[in-house]
Amino acid sequence: MPPPLLAVERLQTHFPTSRGVLRAVDGVSFTLERGEVLGLVGESGCGKSVTSLSIMRLVPPPGRIAAGRVLFEGEDLFAKDDEAMRRVRGARIAMVFQEPMTSLNPVFSIGDQIAGAVLAHAGGGRRAAWEHGVAMLDQVQMPSPRQRARDFPHQLSGGLRQRAMIALALASGPAVLIADEPTTALDVTIQAQILDLLRRLQAERGMAVLLITHDLGVVAELCHRVAVIYAGRIVEIAPVRSLFARPLHPYTRGLLQCLPHPSRFGQPLTTIEGVPPDLRQVTAGCRFAPRCVHVIASCRTTEPALEEREPGHFVACPVLR
Amino acid sequence: MLAYVVRRLGQSVLVLLGVSVIVFGLLHLTGDPTRLLLPLEAREEDVRQLRALLGLDDPLWLQYVRFLGHALRGDFGLSFKHQLPALTLIFQTLPATLELTAAGLTVALVVAVPAGVLAALRRNSALDALCSVGVLLGQAMPVYWLGLLLILVFAVQLGWFPAAGRDGLASLVLPAVALGAFSMARIARMTRSGMLEVLAQDYVRTAHAAGLRAFVVTYKYALKNAAIPLVTVVGLEFGILLGGAVITETIFAWPGVGRLAVDAIFSRDYPLVQAIVAVLATVFVLINLAMDLLYTYLDPRIVFVRSRG
Repeated sequence: MPPPLLAVERLQTHFPTSRGVLRAVDGVSFTLERGEVLGLVGESGCGKSVTSLSIMRLVPPPGRIAAGRVLFEGEDLFAKDDEAMRRVRGARIAMVFQEPMTSLNPVFSIGDQIAGAVLAHAGGGRRAAWEHGVAMLDQVQMPSPRQRARDFPHQLSGGLRQRAMIALALASGPAVLIADEPTTALDVTIQAQILDLLRRLQAERGMAVLLITHDLGVVAELCHRVAVIYAGRIVEIAPVRSLFARPLHPYTRGLLQCLPHPSRFGQPLTTIEGVPPDLRQVTAGCRFAPRCVHVIASCRTTEPALEEREPGHFVACPVLR
Repeated sequence: MLAYVVRRLGQSVLVLLGVSVIVFGLLHLTGDPTRLLLPLEAREEDVRQLRALLGLDDPLWLQYVRFLGHALRGDFGLSFKHQLPALTLIFQTLPATLELTAAGLTVALVVAVPAGVLAALRRNSALDALCSVGVLLGQAMPVYWLGLLLILVFAVQLGWFPAAGRDGLASLVLPAVALGAFSMARIARMTRSGMLEVLAQDYVRTAHAAGLRAFVVTYKYALKNAAIPLVTVVGLEFGILLGGAVITETIFAWPGVGRLAVDAIFSRDYPLVQAIVAVLATVFVLINLAMDLLYTYLDPRIVFVRSRG
């Protein structure tokens, strides 16, 4: 069996604060195969985005990668020098961010920004880079791409901006696309369009996608596999059908029960009682234990490890069967 | 875009009209000009005669219209002292002043912008601290003191540059440094704070994530954003430097408009003072106009917002 395209191994990313070290990501491991769409799901502040920024080595200071490895095509990204890492970013692993308004530079036209990204890797002339940018805008179904390339971000609607962002990310033909909440800032109808676009581009290009979201609906639509992350750790990872049909972790079950469902029409939405733990004060045992309805004594003392219950379905909970 | 340029031009004309009122008023603010022009022992009849000759008997508005008409044709009258058209004297000295001001601003920008960028990139480092000390010194030192200090060290003791006069590039160095130091400090501080803000923006992260070289991200993607507030400051600085040139030119015996103005004021050469104020104000307005137009190039959002608003 060939090695996975991307393997994150026991990743730890810490932020020093005045009240102790915040362990935003605390021992996350997963793999991403070629052409696979993996969802990374969790609530705000659980470490999803920090995981993706760690892979890109773009953790904002004072945050730092404290431990672990990220193997891309068998090479450790954390061992690369800055220039080698720069050649990976955009060219091999690219990223789409949540807020297309603030994530695009306001004082350069989108064509300029895409051309700049092309030139960073391909070299060649500005003209060719610009033409490539126009072609990319066409690929993301930007209407009249040649004219739009001259537009500045503020002249585009949110949906078109996100298309431009995707064109920018895919300009150098990356093998992996990390999409960090790509539809969260958009209207529902626009969300559906962008998801369709991502699905089509993923299939056409055969690229792997790491889709970061808190929206289980998005996961169900797009992903092959899904990893559920809680308080800086992965608690369950499974093929998407298996996860939705038979969630094995109490947190995953809680999340699924929170979704509105026609059979519960008229009833208040379910919530998971309590709040996530303070990541500066990590205690022994399972991090979900204080909120878990199935908790037993050993949960509070022993950190549960991920174990495979069904083919490809891993869960870090010994209680639920 | 064109509408914006036309509107800004119109505003500039209005400002210049206001300036003309003040310049016209200068002569009258100081009392009866004929009393100043004539010796103390002049006879009342001579006073009346001169007043009629200068048209000072006419209503004020008529005098103003006449003044404006002359001024528009570049006629501010003869300098009392030099007995030459005031504008001719200014055009003889203005190049020297513009040269000094431009040199001062260039020195300021060339040092301050990279220093500010580096200080922002290595925030809280020794380099950043060094820049802060430089900024403090630059802002705290009066130009006449710094000027004298520069002359003492680099002209008198080391003999590297001439102490005074305008004779080639070497003579430009010390006055330009003295003049530019204050602006240098301010621009460095602005650049640092602007860059700190911009470097924390999402689009800088996007640029890194797209694999752009760090140099390109800093000096193209980030600096263009940080330059927007900087342009305003540089425009204002140019005006301040034009004014500051008065002191610098006096210290370094630089044959510019500043020194001409000081001379004109001391010798109560009103037509010359009027002409200098009018010309400097015009230069200032034109520079501000140029800065505003540069702004629209740097920040495409400006025209858009205003033309919609």
